[in-house]
Amino acid sequence: MQRIDALPIHIRAVTKTYGAVYALDGVDLEVRSGEFLTLLGPSGSGKTTLLMVLAGFTRPDAGSLKFGDAEVIRMPPHRREVGMVFQNYALFPHLDVAANIGFPLKLRGIDKNDIHARVESALATVQLQGFGDRRIHQLSGGQKQRVALARAIIFEPRILLMDEPLSALDKKLREHMQIELRRLHEQLGMTTVYVTHDQREALTMSDRIAVINHGRLIQLDDPRAIYDHPADPFVANFIGESVLLPVEIIDGKPCYRGRPLQVAAGHARDDKTTPGALLMLRPERLVFMDDARADAAAYNRFDGVVGHAVYQGENFVTYITLDDGHEVAVRSVSRKQSLAAAPPPGSTVTLGLHRDETALIPGHTAAAGNNNNDAETNRGHKP
Amino acid sequence: MTAAAMDINAAALRRDERREKLALFSLCAPASLLVLVIIVAPVGWLFWLSLFNDAGVMSLDNYTRMFESKSYTRIFITTFQVSFLTTALCVLLGYPLAYFLAQLPRRWAALGMLAVLLPFWTSLLVRTYAWLVVLQRKGLVNQWGMELGLWEAPLRLAHNLNGTLIGMAHIMLPFLVLPLYGAMKAIDFDYMKAAANLGANPVSAFRHVFLPLSLPGLFAGIIIVFVLCLGFFVTPAVLGGGKVIMVSMKIETLVDLFFNFGTASALGVVLLGLTLLVLFAAHKLLQLDRVLGGGHGGNP
Repeated sequence: MQRIDALPIHIRAVTKTYGAVYALDGVDLEVRSGEFLTLLGPSGSGKTTLLMVLAGFTRPDAGSLKFGDAEVIRMPPHRREVGMVFQNYALFPHLDVAANIGFPLKLRGIDKNDIHARVESALATVQLQGFGDRRIHQLSGGQKQRVALARAIIFEPRILLMDEPLSALDKKLREHMQIELRRLHEQLGMTTVYVTHDQREALTMSDRIAVINHGRLIQLDDPRAIYDHPADPFVANFIGESVLLPVEIIDGKPCYRGRPLQVAAGHARDDKTTPGALLMLRPERLVFMDDARADAAAYNRFDGVVGHAVYQGENFVTYITLDDGHEVAVRSVSRKQSLAAAPPPGSTVTLGLHRDETALIPGHTAAAGNNNNDAETNRGHKP
Repeated sequence: MTAAAMDINAAALRRDERREKLALFSLCAPASLLVLVIIVAPVGWLFWLSLFNDAGVMSLDNYTRMFESKSYTRIFITTFQVSFLTTALCVLLGYPLAYFLAQLPRRWAALGMLAVLLPFWTSLLVRTYAWLVVLQRKGLVNQWGMELGLWEAPLRLAHNLNGTLIGMAHIMLPFLVLPLYGAMKAIDFDYMKAAANLGANPVSAFRHVFLPLSLPGLFAGIIIVFVLCLGFFVTPAVLGGGKVIMVSMKIETLVDLFFNFGTASALGVVLLGLTLLVLFAAHKLLQLDRVLGGGHGGNP
């Protein structure tokens, strides 16, 4: 299939309420032409509602939605010309694979031979040559996924929407499809809005991620910025694992338990302008300190007692209770030396966090206790 | 474990499986017995009776008469005509009704379903006579119609084909609506969304997606209604006023008036045969197993 001429999407102050609940609370979002943007959020955050507004299945209460220069907020779904891959694929069970994929072309009154040729080409694009006369119920989950994708792109929509399209697949296939969807996006180049609650999927696939919570856009950034510099404690907890420690600002300098923290210049976002801050500890960024380390001085230090350890195959995770009671996880790669060097339970250790990897998150110190509780529960779900 | 002990285990597991199957079969034994006693045996007896002519001699007279006499042929034609027209009426009334109910939110759909089912739970005879009251020469419809000046002379709505069709369509409607509603409810609404997203306006989304997906339910309803109509007695007897004679009514006359069990049985056997033929044709044409088994109307 040919490269598609993409369109940008301009979302302005889109609001949707269900009774007293704001599903979308004044969302402003610019999706750049040809980019792969992921709407990421927990269930009930409003990400799917936003996608449904883009597709035209949900009528918002207010706001503006433009595809390119055209206002489409009142346009019925069948005239929007956007492709969509549904969570359950929504392949028509009474039609075979070719008829499913050719469906949008048939509606557009395209000549039968043309349809046939284009269906073949679309099947080739999703690597399903020769599957045209299969029935839908004969397909595996991954094949259905590809057929749904072929059907969504065959009419060359300039915008493609995907609603958790990989959630029904098993882990291996899901990771394979992530790469393939990404490859297809690079090949065809249409503006893609992808909904998922899987943060790893979002990090893997996206050009940019829009984190949504409580119907609001919390942060819009590329995956690395989202992971390294979360805009608030919610993003820090939702994406990756983290424990947030309260930080006092003393004389304009961030301190943890009275000890000043070394923070790399570029990493200390907003720490001077906000009244308080939180220190984000990610398990893979923490190391066991060893004074033999050449650059030991470049590390912020945290003392604690070793709790239990979990072996996860490629990694092992050690849980440490810090002196102030916070439990943090340290993730190490399972190499023979590191396993042998792992501190035994009950021993006292010093953890190190390199100053270049020390990130402060805007947040009130007063609220730090609460945020930290969140962090604890969050971590508890995914060791 | 020794090999001998393994063999003993295997034998015991086989025994357990056999016992389980037997236990499952015994669950349906009472029903099987009932079918044997109240269906297979009487039908067999009926068939046996039909083989004796008026003189009590074994012959095929009852059958040959049916093919020679025009009146019998006409009765069969009438029966099929009435059944066909009733079924058509039910489809015309029932499809939009089922569609409407399937679109309603759960609570309102339940209420609507109650409205469909309430008459279903009322005595057949009561409903049929109620229609007679409504439709007859000086009935409600004619009174109101004339008072409002819609028509001059009373319409002939009862004691003829009109009355028969109105009454039968009313009685049969739930049999069409129920399977159809079930099939429609099983259609994932995402299919309609997908159709719209792919460029189908509401009309073509209905035509290309909803309608074909609801067909198995519609066919199931059509077959149930048509087959029930073939053997229907009370309503055509009351509302037809003797002008619409169906096979069941002829059988009744033969038994009640002429005490002619042989011919009556033969009629019954032929009707049964024709009904089975209809079912067989439907099976061949529409793959009935899929229709009755819920088909592909539901989720993939």
